Amino acid sequence: MSRLADKVVLLSGGASGIGAATARLVVREGGKAVLADRDEAKGRALAAELGDAALFVPLDVTDEAAWNKAVAATVEAFGGLHGLLNAAGVGVRNSIEDCSLAEYRRVNDINGLGTFLGCKAAIPAMKSVGSGSIVNISSVLGLRGASYAMAYCASKGAVRLLTKHVALHCAQMKYNIRCNSVHPGYIDTPMIAPRLDQPVGNMSGRQWLEELHPLGRLGRADEVANMILFLLSDESSFSTGAEFICDGGLTA
Amino acid sequence: MGAARYGHVRMSGELSGQVAIVTGGASGIGAATTALLADAGATVVVADLNAAKDAGGRFVQHDVTTEESWQALLADVLKREGRLDIMVNNAGISGGAGSVESTDVATWQRVQAVNSEGVFLGCKYAIRGMKRTAPGKPDAKGSIINLSSVAGLQAGAGGIAYTASKGAVRLLSKSVALYCAEQKYAIRCNSVHPGGVDTPIFDPLWQMVGREPGKAFLDARHPIGHMATPREIGEVILWLASDRSSFVTGAEIAADGGITTGLMRRQPFVAPR
Repeated sequence: MSRLADKVVLLSGGASGIGAATARLVVREGGKAVLADRDEAKGRALAAELGDAALFVPLDVTDEAAWNKAVAATVEAFGGLHGLLNAAGVGVRNSIEDCSLAEYRRVNDINGLGTFLGCKAAIPAMKSVGSGSIVNISSVLGLRGASYAMAYCASKGAVRLLTKHVALHCAQMKYNIRCNSVHPGYIDTPMIAPRLDQPVGNMSGRQWLEELHPLGRLGRADEVANMILFLLSDESSFSTGAEFICDGGLTA
Repeated sequence: MGAARYGHVRMSGELSGQVAIVTGGASGIGAATTALLADAGATVVVADLNAAKDAGGRFVQHDVTTEESWQALLADVLKREGRLDIMVNNAGISGGAGSVESTDVATWQRVQAVNSEGVFLGCKYAIRGMKRTAPGKPDAKGSIINLSSVAGLQAGAGGIAYTASKGAVRLLSKSVALYCAEQKYAIRCNSVHPGGVDTPIFDPLWQMVGREPGKAFLDARHPIGHMATPREIGEVILWLASDRSSFVTGAEIAADGGITTGLMRRQPFVAPR
């Protein structure tokens, strides 16, 4: 189990959901996981559980200085940075008619600006070690629209495209840094928990979401984490600027 | 070639009685679109930061980034023109070609404010205006056209802030389209993805490398062999504005001379000595 031997990975949103599941895989595969999250209690608890191969750093992804601190703390603790997972994000239900400008900006700041700043902060450290892999979590809603997720769609569309920019920029600069986007369907994580209890017609929220996927169920965080693990590892060395879909057939 | 005459034959009066707002209508794609919509009989309101010279429409000073400006614009149009049928969210800025490494937060936010938040607000207020259209007729009817870019389909054209903002426009357009369909508003919403268009957005590049060499380089990047004229994009917008595209909603219409169709050779621009 050493697919990430000696690789150091910084994970925004690392305290829960897809971020936490990926952190567990990183450590299992011989890497170091730096959990960067707003939720200190959860982050510290998971870092303690994962032991010496893990570290928690507090992070508000919309704060450039906080990103630089997180990267510096990573390099100080583990001697470098090889992987970045931008998994922090918010899922908000709103439509074009009921979304305020403040809400639109909040969602786009966390999901869009936050991902941009993560890439920007990580690249110099990855240049220092001579290679890197950046994985940005977009969504099936970065590929398709949804009437009830206007601001979220916009933010995930931004992530989808900025990922391609980062990939091309790093390729042109010969940095040996790859960057790809992952597009999960509905994954059973805290982000969608509120929706599971909201009935849709005569179906429970959970049932409605399950039946949206041709596989007939929600995804599990570890299923997305396995895709991310592949992208963080050298196994994916010819993949960059690409869209990796993990959605139970939703967009098929 | 009698392009204007052909336009008359094809569309004359087709949009008569309809009211359109074109943001950024004073120049570039917006100005060409304004002329084509007016040519087809629409009453066009040119909403722009800068006054239009001979705009072919009524000019209203407008800043797409503020809610107050949108409220004032919509109130003014409903008072003066009485209705709204066509919304062209065209205003945009390039924000320069900054990379992930060289772009600062202020530039990022400025580009998102105009290109992404501006289009969001444009859609939001357009729906309000269109829902009031034609009392007694279907509750709402209209066409919203959002200008994204080839940079909303693939990277390599423009900076990170620009490509992210155009990706946002691409997806929010789909959300708006589906929402309006679900609400049974007869409002369609589509995104247009132009390739290189010979407009003032390229002035900074022309100043750096010279217009002729710069344009020759960009011409060659398009499989069709040339950049677009603003009118070539305006024609696509006109079609989306009209009922001729009545079954088209949530679509991404590339008008890019084939750029996103095949494999792109990404050589850097080398200025001649």
